[in-house]
Amino acid sequence: MCCPPICARIRPFNFAPHPVSIGNLVEVDNVTFGYDQRAVLRQINLNVPKGKVVAIMGLSGCGKTTLLRLIGGSVRPQQGEVRVAGKVVNKLPADELYLLRRKMGMLFQFGALFTDMSVFDNVAFQMREHTNLPESVINDLVMMKLDAVGLRGAAHFMPSELSGGMARRVALARSIALDPKLMLYDEPFAGLDPISLGVIGQLIRRLNDSLGATSIIVTHDVAEALQIVDFVYFMSEGVVIARGTPDEIRASEETFVHQFVYGEADGPVAFDYPARDLREDMFAEAQ
Amino acid sequence: MHRVAGLLRRLGAHVTGMIWRLGFATRFFMLILKHSGTSFRRFHLTVREMYFSGVQSLIIIVVSGLFVGMVLGLQGYDTLVRYGSSEALGVLVALSLVRELGPVVAGLLFASRAGSAITAEIGLMKATEQLDAMEMMAVDPIARVVAPRFWAGVISMPLLAALFSAMGVFGGYLVGVRMIGVDEGSFWSQMEAAVDFEEDVLNGVIKSFVFGVAITWIAVFEGYDAPPTAEGVSGATTRTVVTASLWVLALDFILTALMFRGN
Repeated sequence: MCCPPICARIRPFNFAPHPVSIGNLVEVDNVTFGYDQRAVLRQINLNVPKGKVVAIMGLSGCGKTTLLRLIGGSVRPQQGEVRVAGKVVNKLPADELYLLRRKMGMLFQFGALFTDMSVFDNVAFQMREHTNLPESVINDLVMMKLDAVGLRGAAHFMPSELSGGMARRVALARSIALDPKLMLYDEPFAGLDPISLGVIGQLIRRLNDSLGATSIIVTHDVAEALQIVDFVYFMSEGVVIARGTPDEIRASEETFVHQFVYGEADGPVAFDYPARDLREDMFAEAQ
Repeated sequence: MHRVAGLLRRLGAHVTGMIWRLGFATRFFMLILKHSGTSFRRFHLTVREMYFSGVQSLIIIVVSGLFVGMVLGLQGYDTLVRYGSSEALGVLVALSLVRELGPVVAGLLFASRAGSAITAEIGLMKATEQLDAMEMMAVDPIARVVAPRFWAGVISMPLLAALFSAMGVFGGYLVGVRMIGVDEGSFWSQMEAAVDFEEDVLNGVIKSFVFGVAITWIAVFEGYDAPPTAEGVSGATTRTVVTASLWVLALDFILTALMFRGN
């Protein structure tokens, strides 16, 4: 049997319009985005208060990373506004967008370290590009950043010499090089062993609080994310279907959220990708 | 009828696609020029890339130049001796190299060695999100990554072509004078008298400069435009070598037609 799309069976969370708040660092207002004819995000509304760690969760391909790219200004929505620190990201000219990005840090899924530079040079990259600090000061700052992620001793390593968890921590040190006000994390826990996963989770929380920053984490790692975040948005097929504090999410009776949080095989998310009837595919040639 | 219509549709789509791509490549070229300031203000970035695309191409350029010159010496002597003009061997070797073989063969070798490396490096940087990371750090990848590589290639190419020609002349000397026994004085003096700096040497340098622009432009564009997959980067690298080689040969004909009008 062919399965109807998830969004047809899940009732989108009907949020009230979001008032512009001085307490929010990021405001996504009625944003729609798609590639060609395929809608990826549909009328998304969400706010990220200053100083908080907010997770955006959902299945792979539900539009989480696209949302992060919209906030970072890498792509522009077809409709709606994305505001960061009161500035409409999708209407900023390139030079102003670059100025805004100096106040942002982003941790990519696999680190995205510059492979032709050492760990030290990776962390020093932004400092050398955007400041006129003398090398001695840059040296001290880099060592402080690497110390914060516990990798001061690996400063002379090349990225190819690092394990996955270490590379993620170096990338984290690089992303906080200029003490950003907004941190964006794209699947920071993907592919890590349990120890590295816990270390990265604690680092995200600790750095957010010590830097006085605001963090947005895109992830589908429920257990780790719910331990460190203040608020969660759940997405499915381009719409926000639930939101709440970690405790509210754990106690949610929304079937999709319940299935996702507790990793249940049975629920609104079907195992099968929509397809024709099995008999049609198997006996197509004979017919 | 349907088959013909389908064929025409595919042909049309292919031609339209090529025109679009040429448009993108031209816009990309304009962006490189616009963001070239960094390459000269922070010249060490360009020098570093000159090491990778220029210095690391030295072995293949020097060895190829030497052997091409040696072959020219043998073939040239074999032809010239039939007309009793074996002393003109130096002229034949030098003019062939400076006018044609130096810029063209060095260009083809540069496209294969350095062009493919530039495409693969930029393509892999894109596939591993390094370019995205740079953009998110408010650093323009065209200014920081592409433009220094472009200018490094443009500066390196004429130097490599000159070195190729010099090694070729030396190879021709080794074979013609040292091995076969052509008079050394005639070899050098006839070469000095016949090779004109402006008509021959300078035009050769202009050719190699134009080839350098074409090859490096194709290499950086293919890398930047490569689909972020293993197959995409491999396809882009192949396209760089094929397209750049064909452009070198086509541009060589055009430049030759413009420069040497039967002199």
